Amino acid sequence: MKLGFTEAQEAFRRDCAAWLDTQLSGPFRDIRGVMGQMAMLERRMEWEQALGRERFSAIGWPEAFGGRAATLAEQVIFAEEYARAGAPGRVGHMGIELAGPTILTFGTAEQKARFLLPIARGEEFWCQGYSEPNAGSDLANVRTRAALVETPDGPKWQVNGQKIWTSLATFAHWSFVVCRTEEGTKGHKGLSYLLVPTRQTGVTIRPIRQMNGEAEFNETFFSDALTDATHIVGAPGEGWKVAMGTLAFERGVSTLAQQMSFRNELDRLVAAAKANGAAADPTLRLRLAEAYSGLRIMRYSALRMLSNADGGELSGAAYTYKIHWATWRKKLGELVMDVLGPAGEIAAGAPYHWDELQGVFFSSRSDTIYGGTNQIQRNLIAERALGLPKEPRGA
Amino acid sequence: MQFAFTEEQVLIRDTAREFFNEHATSAKVRAALAAPGGYDRDLWSELLAMGWAGIAVAEAHGGSGLGWVELCLLQAEQGRRLVPSPFFTTTALAAPLLARLGTLAQQAEWLPALVAGGKQFACAVTGATGHPGAAGITAELVAQPDGSYRLSGAADFVIHADSADTLLAVARAPGSVGAQGLSVVVVAADAVGITRTPHVMLDLTRPMCRVEFAAVKVHAPSVLGTPEAAAAELETVLQLARVALAAECLGGAEHMLEMTTDYAKQRVQFGRAIGSFQAVKHRLADMMVAVEAAKSAAWYAACAATESPADLPEAAAIAKSNCADAFFNCAANGIQLHGGIGYTWDHDAHLYFKRARATGTLLGTSAWQREQLAQLMGLGNSASPPAY
Repeated sequence: MKLGFTEAQEAFRRDCAAWLDTQLSGPFRDIRGVMGQMAMLERRMEWEQALGRERFSAIGWPEAFGGRAATLAEQVIFAEEYARAGAPGRVGHMGIELAGPTILTFGTAEQKARFLLPIARGEEFWCQGYSEPNAGSDLANVRTRAALVETPDGPKWQVNGQKIWTSLATFAHWSFVVCRTEEGTKGHKGLSYLLVPTRQTGVTIRPIRQMNGEAEFNETFFSDALTDATHIVGAPGEGWKVAMGTLAFERGVSTLAQQMSFRNELDRLVAAAKANGAAADPTLRLRLAEAYSGLRIMRYSALRMLSNADGGELSGAAYTYKIHWATWRKKLGELVMDVLGPAGEIAAGAPYHWDELQGVFFSSRSDTIYGGTNQIQRNLIAERALGLPKEPRGA
Repeated sequence: MQFAFTEEQVLIRDTAREFFNEHATSAKVRAALAAPGGYDRDLWSELLAMGWAGIAVAEAHGGSGLGWVELCLLQAEQGRRLVPSPFFTTTALAAPLLARLGTLAQQAEWLPALVAGGKQFACAVTGATGHPGAAGITAELVAQPDGSYRLSGAADFVIHADSADTLLAVARAPGSVGAQGLSVVVVAADAVGITRTPHVMLDLTRPMCRVEFAAVKVHAPSVLGTPEAAAAELETVLQLARVALAAECLGGAEHMLEMTTDYAKQRVQFGRAIGSFQAVKHRLADMMVAVEAAKSAAWYAACAATESPADLPEAAAIAKSNCADAFFNCAANGIQLHGGIGYTWDHDAHLYFKRARATGTLLGTSAWQREQLAQLMGLGNSASPPAY
C-alpha cells in the first residue's frame, strides 16, 4: 500500500494547479465555485471548451481522442487540484463520464472517430435516455422502440417512445437511448443502445419542475426521431450489456470529481455553523464531524476502487459506493437545515429560489432515488455481493 | 499511489488467516477465556516464535521492521477470530511507547525482550476513570532528593495487567494538568506498592485490571526519555493504537457479516431461506455497506500511520469511530438475524457483541473521536465535550 506520489507526478500536480488558477482568477473567475446543474450554463459550456483545448477535459482518454492518456495517479491528481482550485461543477459529465467511456469500450472505430473528439473538446453535450414512466427501478421494462427504415439519406433507426428524468436534455446535442429493437421481446432481451441526435423535429423536450422549484430534468418524447443506422453501440439486441457497462463507469474517476462538489457543500456548511454558533453545539458538531468522516471515507473508497484493490471486476467498495454517498448526502441535507435553524426556512429569493446550501436539503432527496434507489442498491448488494437468493419476479 | 495490498501483505494476511482458523477455533478461544490470564499461552508462545510481536519493531531491536499496515493485518485476522492474546498491548501500545519515548539504551534494553517474549508488558495509559486523553491521567510521579522517583495513584482498564511482568505507566508531575508534566515509566509488575485487581469485564476476551501505585520506587533510568515531556509522543502512540483497534474491529465486523450471511442462506422459514426476504437481505446489505466503509477507513489510517504522519490524527479518529461502529452494527444485527439462537451463551455472537461494545469505548468512544475531528476541522470548542 502506498499513498504518496512520485516527483514527476507532483510536478504534474503543480502544472495542473497553475493552469487552473490562471484560468479561474482570469477569464473564468466569474464561475469559480459555481456548482449545481443549471447555474451559468453558457459560461460553463465555455469552460468545458477551455478544458478541452488544454486536454484536461477527458485526461484519461487516448491522445487521438482529445485526452492525455493520463495514468490513474494523474487522473486522481487532476481531480484533486480541480477541487482545490474551486473550479465549477462539470456540465459535460454525461458525455465525459458515460457516453464517451461507453463508446471507447464498446464502439466501432468509426463511432470513436465521430463522437469522442467533440465530447473531449466540449463541442457536443450529451444526455441519458434510460428511464421511462414504466421503467424506473425496473429499467429492463423499457417500451421505447426503434426500427430500421429506408430514407432518402440511407437506412436509419426510427425511434418512438418516451424517456423521463433526462438531466441537461435542454442543451444536449445527443442522447444515448436504450430502446427495444426486437418486437415482442421482454426484459433484458431485444434491447439496443442507440446514439440519437436530440436537436431534430422528432424529439420534443419538456422540462419537469422539481420540489426545489427548478427544472433540471425533463421528459423527452421521440416521435419518428431518426438516427443513422450505424449509430448503434454493440450489436442489435446487446443494449442491456452496453447500458450496464455505462453504469459501471459511474464508479470510476468521476467519483472523485463528484466528491469535490460534496466537499464544497460541507465547507459552506462548516462556515455557516461557525458563523451562527451551531459549531459549539455538542450534537451538531459531532454530526458535522461524522459528515466529514463520511466524505473522507468516500475518497478512500474511490482510491480503493481505482487501485483495483480487491481484484476482480466489482469490488465491495464499488458495490456499496452509490448507497454510501447518496445516504451521506441526504443526511448532509438534513444537517444543513438543523445547522441553519429557522433562517434556513427563508428562501433566497422569489418565486421559490434557494441558495446552494439550502438546495442540498432538496436535491439530496433525489440522490437515493436516481441511478438505482437505495432499495435496489440493497438488493444488488445482497444478491450479487453477498450471494443471497434472488427476488422472485412477477410473470 | 496504489491503495491496495502488496503481494507480501496479502501473503501475511493469508498466512495469519490460515493460522488462526486452525489455532483459534471457537472451542479453543472459549477454553482460553477460562484459562489463567484469560488467554491461550501456547498460542501466544507460537506468535512470539513466529516473530509477530516484533512485526513493527525495528530490525536493530530484533523486530521485522515492517509497518502499521502489516501489524493491522495481524490485528484484523485476530479480530475475526476474537483471539484473546497480549498482541495488541504488546505491539500497538508497549512497543511504540518504548520506541518513540525511550533513549537508544532504553530501546536496546527492552525492545528485544518484548519481541522475544522475555518480558511481557502491560500499559497503564488511561488513568483512573478511563478518560481516553492526557487530561485523564491521575497517577503522580514525584521526584526524590536522591534522583529517583515515587509513583502514586491509580490507573484503570489496564489490559492483561494481571499476566504481565512489566508495566509501562503514564504519570504526571504533581500539580500539572492536561498534557503538561507527563512521563512514562517502566516498573516491575510485582514491585513493592503495586496492587493489580482484575475486573470481571463485559468483554470476556480482553481482561483488564485496576492498578494501584502506593509510593512505588522508580529509578531514574526507568523513566522513558526526558521526564515530563511525554505528551506529544504519547498522543501519537494512542492514535496508532486506535488504528490497530480499528483493524481489529474491522475483522470482527467482517466475521459477523459472513457468519450471518451464511446463516441467512441456510436457515429456512415459511419454506424459504430467510436470506431471500428483503427484510433480512436489506439489513445484511446495510451491514456490508458499513463494513466496506470501515475497510476503507482502517486501511487508509494504517497506511497513513507509516507513510503520512501529518494525516494520522484525523485518519485514526475516522478509523476508530467508523470501525467500532461498524463492528457493533454487525454484531447487534447478527444477533437479531440469528434469532433466538443468537441470544444464547453457547453461540459465539454474544462474544463478538460484547467485544464490539467494549472496544467502542476503549481509548475513546466514537463520540469522543468525532469531537477530536471537530477540533481538527476548526469548529472551535464544544459547549459540552464528551467525557469518554
